[in-house]
Amino acid sequence: MNVVIMGCGRVGAQLANLLDAEGHKITVLDINPDSFRKLSVEFKGTALIGDGTDEDILRRAGIEEADGFVAVTQGDNRNVLAAQIAKHIFGVEKVVCRIYDPLRRELYSTLGLETVSPTIIFAQLLKERLEV
Amino acid sequence: MYIIVVGGGKVGYYLSKALLAEGHEVLVLDKDRARCDRINDELGSICMRGDGCEAATLKEAGTGRADMLIAVTDGDEDNLVACQVAKHMFNVSRTIARLSNPKNEAIFKKLGIDCTISSTNLILEHIELEVPTHPLMHLLKLRESNMEIVEIRISRGSHAVGKRLSELKLPPDSMLVLLLRRGQRPQAIRTDTVIEADDQVLAVTKSDQEEALRAVLSGQPAKA
Repeated sequence: MNVVIMGCGRVGAQLANLLDAEGHKITVLDINPDSFRKLSVEFKGTALIGDGTDEDILRRAGIEEADGFVAVTQGDNRNVLAAQIAKHIFGVEKVVCRIYDPLRRELYSTLGLETVSPTIIFAQLLKERLEV
Repeated sequence: MYIIVVGGGKVGYYLSKALLAEGHEVLVLDKDRARCDRINDELGSICMRGDGCEAATLKEAGTGRADMLIAVTDGDEDNLVACQVAKHMFNVSRTIARLSNPKNEAIFKKLGIDCTISSTNLILEHIELEVPTHPLMHLLKLRESNMEIVEIRISRGSHAVGKRLSELKLPPDSMLVLLLRRGQRPQAIRTDTVIEADDQVLAVTKSDQEEALRAVLSGQPAKA
């Protein structure tokens, strides 16, 4: 698969490393070049400095040939904008978007975005651990 | 009208001031305490501190009864989300977003934002008017109809020079309306009007026919 990942924080870098190790073609975007240090030394994909909410940068990252797009920056709104551009402008087949705010996640799920809220998942997970 | 303004920066401040002067009920939302204090001191208690992208804040602001929400923060993504939340969770009938990146216009429109304003584009359009580098200039977009009024300067090498309007093969939905010729009064263009070099022509056209119209009148082949 050909995947563009926006945001090279802990999650973005970890995902990039995992997919890259499985032989997928990965491009990671981040506005801060220092964040690319989190990529493993074996990472064979592309790391590109730039803002993934900008169509031109996404195009440069190869979004037109991508099968998947993942938005995992720290900003919910940035993720939402980039994910909607990937889905509606570039027609990327598989778009996943991280949204911390549970209410906002609910809205965007109903609008047809595939969303993941770490807040909801982690709170649930902690609750289950406590019940053991 | 009850209007919610998201973002109390310079644009939000002066916009609210103008809307208040026109007699509208205005509520400004901003996350920053200092900005809120300034607006409340100077414009009366019309600013609420909070994140205008959050449903809870918008609910508290009475967005359900708002006639319009205008998002003018300096972040395109924040303006998009504020408008989408207002539209889909509170059924606000008219949402307006300020854009910094003009390219975002397409996606905002596609996502149902009623109106977008890009200061970058406005400045570019003014530069285009002041310093014409292109034989075709946009004067006005006619709302909702996808039509626009443009001004075209007829160059000396143009195919159209010396031809009557009836001889020109204009693209569909395009109409030449007004002729401005040096030293003459503006005149309506009729089928027997002969086009001359250096004429300025005002035309009505569809946005997607603009390039074809330019090609007919400028003498250069249409760009791919």
